[in-house]
Amino acid sequence: MSGAAAVKRALAEPRWVRVLLLGVGLGFLFFFLALPLLAVFGEAFATGWTAYAKALDDPEALSAIGLTLSVALFVLPGNLVFGLAAAWAIAKFDFRGKSLLITLIDLPFAVSPVVVGLVFLLIFGAQGLFGPWLAAHEIKVVFALPGMIIVTMFITCPFVARELIPLMQAQGKEEEEAALSLGATGWQMFRRVTLPNIKWGLMYGVILANARAMGEFGAVSVVSGHIRGQTNTLPLHVEILYNEYNAVGAFASASVLALLALVTLLAKTIVEWRMRRETLMLKAELPPEKN
Amino acid sequence: MPRPASGRRLLPGFGLSLGCTLVYLSLLILLPLAGLAFKASELSLAQWWAIATSERALASYRVTFGASLLAAMINAFFGLIVAWILVRYPFPGKRVVDSLVDLPFALPTAVAGITLATLYAGNGWIGRHLEPLGVKVAFTPLGIVVALTFIGLPFVVRTLQPVIEDIEPEIEEAAAMLGASRWQTFTRVLLPALFPALLTGFTLAFSRSIGEYGSVIFIAGNLPLISEITPLLIIAKLEQYDVVGATALAVVMLIISFVMLLAVNALQWWAASRLHRRSGSADERR
Amino acid sequence: MFRVIRKLPAVLVTLLFAATVLAENVSLLNVSYDVARDFYKDYNPLFQKHWKAVSGESIELKQSHAGSSKQVRAVADGLEADVVTMNQASDVDFLAEKGLVAKDYAKKFPTNASPYTSTMVFIVRKGNPKGLRDWSDVVKPGIQVILPHPKNTGNGRYTYLAAWGYALRQTGGNDRTAQDFVARLLKNAPLFAAGGRDATTTFMQRKIGDVLISFESEAELIAREFGKGEFEVVYPSLSILTEFPVAIVDRVVDKKGTRRQAQAYLDYLWSAAGQENAAQNYLRPRDPDLLRKYAAQFPAIKTFTVDEVFGGWAKASSAHFRDGASFDQIYQQK
Repeated sequence: MSGAAAVKRALAEPRWVRVLLLGVGLGFLFFFLALPLLAVFGEAFATGWTAYAKALDDPEALSAIGLTLSVALFVLPGNLVFGLAAAWAIAKFDFRGKSLLITLIDLPFAVSPVVVGLVFLLIFGAQGLFGPWLAAHEIKVVFALPGMIIVTMFITCPFVARELIPLMQAQGKEEEEAALSLGATGWQMFRRVTLPNIKWGLMYGVILANARAMGEFGAVSVVSGHIRGQTNTLPLHVEILYNEYNAVGAFASASVLALLALVTLLAKTIVEWRMRRETLMLKAELPPEKN
Repeated sequence: MPRPASGRRLLPGFGLSLGCTLVYLSLLILLPLAGLAFKASELSLAQWWAIATSERALASYRVTFGASLLAAMINAFFGLIVAWILVRYPFPGKRVVDSLVDLPFALPTAVAGITLATLYAGNGWIGRHLEPLGVKVAFTPLGIVVALTFIGLPFVVRTLQPVIEDIEPEIEEAAAMLGASRWQTFTRVLLPALFPALLTGFTLAFSRSIGEYGSVIFIAGNLPLISEITPLLIIAKLEQYDVVGATALAVVMLIISFVMLLAVNALQWWAASRLHRRSGSADERR
Repeated sequence: MFRVIRKLPAVLVTLLFAATVLAENVSLLNVSYDVARDFYKDYNPLFQKHWKAVSGESIELKQSHAGSSKQVRAVADGLEADVVTMNQASDVDFLAEKGLVAKDYAKKFPTNASPYTSTMVFIVRKGNPKGLRDWSDVVKPGIQVILPHPKNTGNGRYTYLAAWGYALRQTGGNDRTAQDFVARLLKNAPLFAAGGRDATTTFMQRKIGDVLISFESEAELIAREFGKGEFEVVYPSLSILTEFPVAIVDRVVDKKGTRRQAQAYLDYLWSAAGQENAAQNYLRPRDPDLLRKYAAQFPAIKTFTVDEVFGGWAKASSAHFRDGASFDQIYQQK
């Protein structure tokens, strides 16, 4: 009896620890996340609902929202495929130079976004390496959508891979090996074993990459050209409005970005909820496990 | 289908996945960065060294790397707690809190910087209460730490979350059965399992902070030698149309970041393989 | 399902090149600095109407606004601007150096190719509690001055040069006394703001500092955002005349065949309607009659130009803002 109580004690933190952790964690989030968010919405609604709605019902704001979404749309698939491939190679196999490879994947984070933009100008700009060739063939890369997509791909490149690597590493490869020894093909193993195992990590990676892709300012700003209604993404639009002394417009647009990021999370929550319901139904059908 | 019984590479797709990875990385990252180094090579080594080690540049490295390190440590500590409570503890409004975590990515960095500066300024919601205590945050190096903490916050939480979700309850149960206290279970069983992810999150938050510009300049104060970050110096050079000088500084940052990241990643793989070996030998014993 | 997949590449290509397709009818791209939006938002319809009347052609006008030197770097790197309208001659000089703009662009239009001007003024708290009247008051110990980064922003550079020029024009003034003077000014800055707008927010909203140094034209924008009664504008005894040069980007208009339109677009800035529009946007028109008409809005102030005191922007930049120049020296002496 006392043994069972000890086991129970060892499975969960004491009550005071729980309260403390909750307090510290939520307090931290309150000061670093909730307050800034409140301040953003406060500024956005500083002069009331109508001003907020008016700030967003503007062709330039709408085109910025559209452009931001389409950049994210182009960037995410590439990210997904790269992330899966890289994580598979790194987490499931041993090879030389693995640390080097991971470091290369991390590198885009450490490069200042402004430098990222500069780097691509050095390559694709009119004075850049391929600039004259591109100009001769009437191909626009920088100051047009392709350039903005490329820099955003650079910026968000590590997310999916970095999210998956520690997860897949922690999972080991026994399950996949078991599937193969039972005669599954590579694709079947991936779909039935790997994918279900990593789905949350994958989802977090995509959500993060998406949020970052939509929010990126520094690098995109260098290669966008800032043409209103044409190459202005939402973050650029925000900055310009702010500099023009249109604080309500700027913060209203910023709040839209925050909301767009939340939409992806809403999707995640719905998926999560449906899956939980499925497993519950499945459990109800099966006889209870013996403990 | 015949398979090698004792082959080390039982799983398929190594060549394909590594190949894809290398091609993607080379095109998107290595090639552009090589372009950067190429541009910087217009300078002689002596000129490059002079730019890289000027008094203001050295001070800016201290500020940039110091603040980034501090912010990443803050994030590692609090991020672990946040990830833990988000996965393990039920509390009202959990979904909302969970979704807030990604906010620092979605908010344009400039908005984050402006908002944080307003909050932490002497008359801001938070600064108002700190000022009487003699703590000045906005427009001091401390402000940089605050901005970088905000910017890097999602990394630790989001790398830990799936790993915590993935911990098999059996492991903890086994530890408890063997008579471990909760604290022992945490330090001996859970923390080692979480450590690779924690280090990953720390590394990512740290590296993201090094390059951050947009939010920092609004809260830093930008005084030379005191609160000037390296990306600001790069911009200063670009403003004078000194592209080569800007790339020189960019290359310095790149090299320092690369070496630091490599060290952390090597450490992590060493730790992971040690852990793996230990659990492997445990498997054999079993 | 298959149909969708077959269509996908087409959709992607359309999306990618939608931007280029849009540019089919006659259009001009005006690449400009940050706060010029209000001016051109009013000016563009005026010109469109005018151009329709004189040529019968409808014209599309596209605007690009961001930090001034970032914008000209983009033009040099291939952003296809027909015209550039900047807030600092050094930016257009850079394009001239790269061969995109005529070397003598300043002579291609009247009044130094700058259709309007402004100047640097002090914005102080209501009632001017510290009694700040001139530059010499602002550098006194204990006064907090808010200004944007003197090396990284146009406003900051103009402020720096204005203080330098003021010190130089005092009796016994020379480069040494000027540098000391500016050093005292910078010492009074508790921070360097990220830009003009950020400096305003710091001063007005966060209530930091005793005086904000800014463009005269921005005072009106500040009033719009924060209320007119919140601050006072003080005109120093001497300040810098800030010019806003415009130029045609030869390489682009020759390629696109839009030189005629671009020329007319910029010419019209000096027309009565264009000048009136400047005055209404709190920019000092070049037309002396109009300046008199708006005298209440533009008090007389003694000014000097960058050319007069510093011998042009190229010299000013290398003497003050390049690496190791006067700004860096002020910080490396300590």
